Amino acid sequence: MEQANDRPTSPLRQIDWITIGLFLALIILGWFSVCGASYEFGEPLGDFFSFSSRAGKQLIWIGCALVIGFVITMLDDKLFDTFAYVLYAAFMLLLLVTPFLATDIKGSYSWIKLGSLSIQPAEFAKGATALALSKFMGHYGYNISNTRTFAITLGIILLPMALIIMQKETGSALIYTAFFLVLYREGMNGSFLFAGFAAVIYFVIGLKFQDTLVDGTYTSVSEFAVLLLIWIFTTVIALLYSDNRHQDYKAVAYGAGAILLSYLFSRYVIPFETGYALLAVIAGEVVYMIIKALTLKRLRYAYVALFAVVSTIFFFSTDYVMNDVLEPHQQQRVRVLLGMEQDLNGAGYNVNQSKIAIGSGGLTGKGFLNGTQTKLKYVPEQDTDFIFCTVGEEKGFIGCAVVLVLYLTLILRLIYLSERQSFAFGRIFGYSVLCILLFHVFINIGMVIGLTPVIGIPLPFFSYGGSSLWGFTILLFVFLRIDAARKK
Amino acid sequence: MSTNLENRKFVIGGMAIAIVVVYLMRLFALQILSDDYKRNADSNAFLKKIQYPSRGLITDRHGKLLVYNEPAYNLMVTMDEQHGIDTLDFCRTLGITRDFYIARMMDIKDSKKHPGYSRHTPQLFLPQIPAREFSQIEEKLFKFRGFSVERRSIRRYVYGVGAHILGDVGEVSQQNIDDDPYYQSGDYIGKIGVESSYERDLRGEKGMNILLRDVHGRIKGRYQNGRFDRRPQPGRNLQLSIDIDLQALGERIMEGKIGAIVAIEPKTGEILCMVSSPSYDPRLMIGRNRGINQKRLQLNPRKPLLNRAISGQYPPGSTFKPTQALTFLQEGIITPGTQFACHHGLTIGRFHQACHGHASPLSLVPAIATSCNAYFSWGFYYMMSNRRKYRNIEDAFTRWKDYIVSMGYGYKLGVDMPGERRGMIPNAAYYDKHYRKHWNGVTIISDAIGQGEVNATPLQIANLAATIANRGYYITPHIVSRVEHSHIDSTYHEKHFTMVEHRWYNYVVQGMRQAVLGGTCRAANLPGIEVCGKTGTAQNRGHDHSAFIGFAPMNDPKIAIAVYVENGGFGADFGVPIGAVMMEQYLNGKLSAHGERVAEEFQHRHISYGTGER
Repeated sequence: MEQANDRPTSPLRQIDWITIGLFLALIILGWFSVCGASYEFGEPLGDFFSFSSRAGKQLIWIGCALVIGFVITMLDDKLFDTFAYVLYAAFMLLLLVTPFLATDIKGSYSWIKLGSLSIQPAEFAKGATALALSKFMGHYGYNISNTRTFAITLGIILLPMALIIMQKETGSALIYTAFFLVLYREGMNGSFLFAGFAAVIYFVIGLKFQDTLVDGTYTSVSEFAVLLLIWIFTTVIALLYSDNRHQDYKAVAYGAGAILLSYLFSRYVIPFETGYALLAVIAGEVVYMIIKALTLKRLRYAYVALFAVVSTIFFFSTDYVMNDVLEPHQQQRVRVLLGMEQDLNGAGYNVNQSKIAIGSGGLTGKGFLNGTQTKLKYVPEQDTDFIFCTVGEEKGFIGCAVVLVLYLTLILRLIYLSERQSFAFGRIFGYSVLCILLFHVFINIGMVIGLTPVIGIPLPFFSYGGSSLWGFTILLFVFLRIDAARKK
Repeated sequence: MSTNLENRKFVIGGMAIAIVVVYLMRLFALQILSDDYKRNADSNAFLKKIQYPSRGLITDRHGKLLVYNEPAYNLMVTMDEQHGIDTLDFCRTLGITRDFYIARMMDIKDSKKHPGYSRHTPQLFLPQIPAREFSQIEEKLFKFRGFSVERRSIRRYVYGVGAHILGDVGEVSQQNIDDDPYYQSGDYIGKIGVESSYERDLRGEKGMNILLRDVHGRIKGRYQNGRFDRRPQPGRNLQLSIDIDLQALGERIMEGKIGAIVAIEPKTGEILCMVSSPSYDPRLMIGRNRGINQKRLQLNPRKPLLNRAISGQYPPGSTFKPTQALTFLQEGIITPGTQFACHHGLTIGRFHQACHGHASPLSLVPAIATSCNAYFSWGFYYMMSNRRKYRNIEDAFTRWKDYIVSMGYGYKLGVDMPGERRGMIPNAAYYDKHYRKHWNGVTIISDAIGQGEVNATPLQIANLAATIANRGYYITPHIVSRVEHSHIDSTYHEKHFTMVEHRWYNYVVQGMRQAVLGGTCRAANLPGIEVCGKTGTAQNRGHDHSAFIGFAPMNDPKIAIAVYVENGGFGADFGVPIGAVMMEQYLNGKLSAHGERVAEEFQHRHISYGTGER
């Protein structure tokens, strides 16, 4: 066997055992949490191993996941590259037909029943998308700045998102935004990320402080703060890109002076709508940037002007976004999250109960199987989306910290592994895996502790259920297999 | 370019680290800094089923039972188990109307009126069903699914007297709950009397069974198999120093009169009876009619709910004179032999104060016996005007006030009952302000005969009698003599000595003995008992108040007493005979035929007070 000489070592020797260790640690902790979450007081403990219980079933899913991991490790690493597009096409087709085959589970049409087994194709489509993306972007000579190439790249990401939204699984679709972080690593202009960040800030501040006025003016805190932020962002970007800082400092001073004066005038002389003054200052900055763009013939100043204009328009349309883009239950979730509404029986109930469960855990928790909030069913979805509550209640702050640090270590380890890839394909796939993990952890734990909106997505390796566990296992092991084959 | 891009791993790694750090901070705030979530979790999951202790019993000084508990039953309903009952039969069994049944059910389900409502747990349907009525209901209870019984108890009073002393229990107010987290809505608390002042001893400690309750309100068993359950601790029994027969006689004899009688055992400070008239039957204050009866008593213009023995403030009148005699003797203003002239009163300049006719001049003992106004006013005048002893009038008056305060006036004595008032002994600053510094011994001379600005509670007046009986000290009067498994406050054992030496008391005792033998208190002369007494006739806006203080036997006093009858006229009219009968009852344990006749007579001698608010 000539080929065997090329690869004298087995993939089991080459594979990154540190990552596998982290993976196993998370899966084991996850299983204990599922035990805690599904346990009812008074049941015999042996039931955890009975396959009729949730914990017992999860044990089967874990066994399958380990088999899947082993099988992937034994596969030829070339397979993934070769079949990337085929897999992608197959999954897009599956996503397309899913709504027609699926049964209605809580208003979502994303589950396909195969006998007694339910499978959620969206959980696996992430991997296919990551493969296709890696293959496309890994081509020699790929240039992200090329508009046409960039459009195709976006297409690969947005197609599954659109298909999943059709299944009414907005939460799962949102995860695909994780790929933008991958694009960023591969050279996408950082201002896209910044624009996204700014949009979130405008949205939150713009909605949250609509009803309070800045002292001594007729301007709402929302308007004042967001317009001020727009001006600050714009001037800072302008200064970063400037060739003539000296001139720009003067412009900044004029702007700041005008804002301060108008505020003081409103406060101590005649109260008025200071928002107009801020708008005027921003308009002045925009005009100044356009003049600079025209006289210096530098496009980037025009971009800065564009940023300011789009930001302002976006801010004034947040109401529209809130009321016409988002669905009513999402609007309510946003309002509850921003603390604008106390609705402890509706959308806020889940988060309030999960905060109570976690908060009652204290430093060391109530101990395994002693959590009252999760056991007595106060927390909804306690073994799937809200599984982290069980960790918080039974293992306390220390347990939570251990889990968070395990995730962080895994993600940092994956960054290290990705960066050591010899081919772009492997690196991009690695980043896709870690960014998806990061988003899941960010959104899921954030939601349970009341920092991010309630979006129903599972916690990797923890949440009860085969689909999500296998989906993440496949993602991780495909990458580990690719990593194991890297040039030594 | 690519080396440049590689640095972006730091941005992405940094984001991951930032997220974890922020989340850890949030978790720290939720789990460690804040206690609210823990408390929330407990109130979510734990149903604390209260086990009510039995309240302590109350007995009198001879061990006669006064207050005990009787079981009463709260009828509870669990909504989601209650269906398909025969409503008609149910209403007939309970003696309620169908409309009441419907309205009550609606009220229970209304979560606004009834915040703790759950379909799965028992809710109060009908409170405090007495045992008698309950036995009929119990027989048929099995027919009414979803209805269950919670055992509570209600207070029962053996005698219809002593309402002010015993007090009563009622449901806790929001204020009680805010002040003491022990209480929960629906608990009972002592409202007045010893039920209130000894609440902590009487109530015991509630026990608790901790049950686990799921999100639907269903009970899932005991928490940790009852490891944290607590058994209720029964309340402690109280023994009062009250003689219930004496108390009953006092209330009987005060019928139709407004006033108070307080009797104290001088050696111990134990209160033997504390009558406040008009009174009411304590049994009105229990059961389901409590609210109505209380309202009616509150609206009564004679204020029967007011405990006049400790809350009424009256001019002590001539019962105050012994304090003057003692002060002047101790200060050397007079000697026992000092004589003052009295020709139907005293005249100082243009000022004239009247006195009744008696021989003149008089020395101290006959002055007390005949209650000569002039004698004590002269003494007071000489004390206030003495510039060799006192720098100025303020100095003299302050000295005088200190004596009076040392005899228990002007401040609360500290009886173990709620609602005591302090009376009034003015000080120099008061007069400086009132008379803009233009005052002298004559201006305030009425103070010497217990008039003017001087006010005292009947308890303080009785305490003076005890002080004289003890020849110079008193023990803070108290009404509870023994608390089971505990002890009464040590202040109720301390002797409070007055500023007057023991020897001077003998002259006052002599005067009070002479008053009974041949002075103003002749009607108090009991056969075979050496009674000492002093009358008081207190002027006020209406007809004079009739007052009396006394103690007996003279050389080994067992009882000191004060009687105060509003608008009763001369002290001898009401005060003396009532005081005499009371002392006879206590010392002999029963009344002689004569005493019984007197008691009978005074029970039916009512005073007309008009319809005005008192």
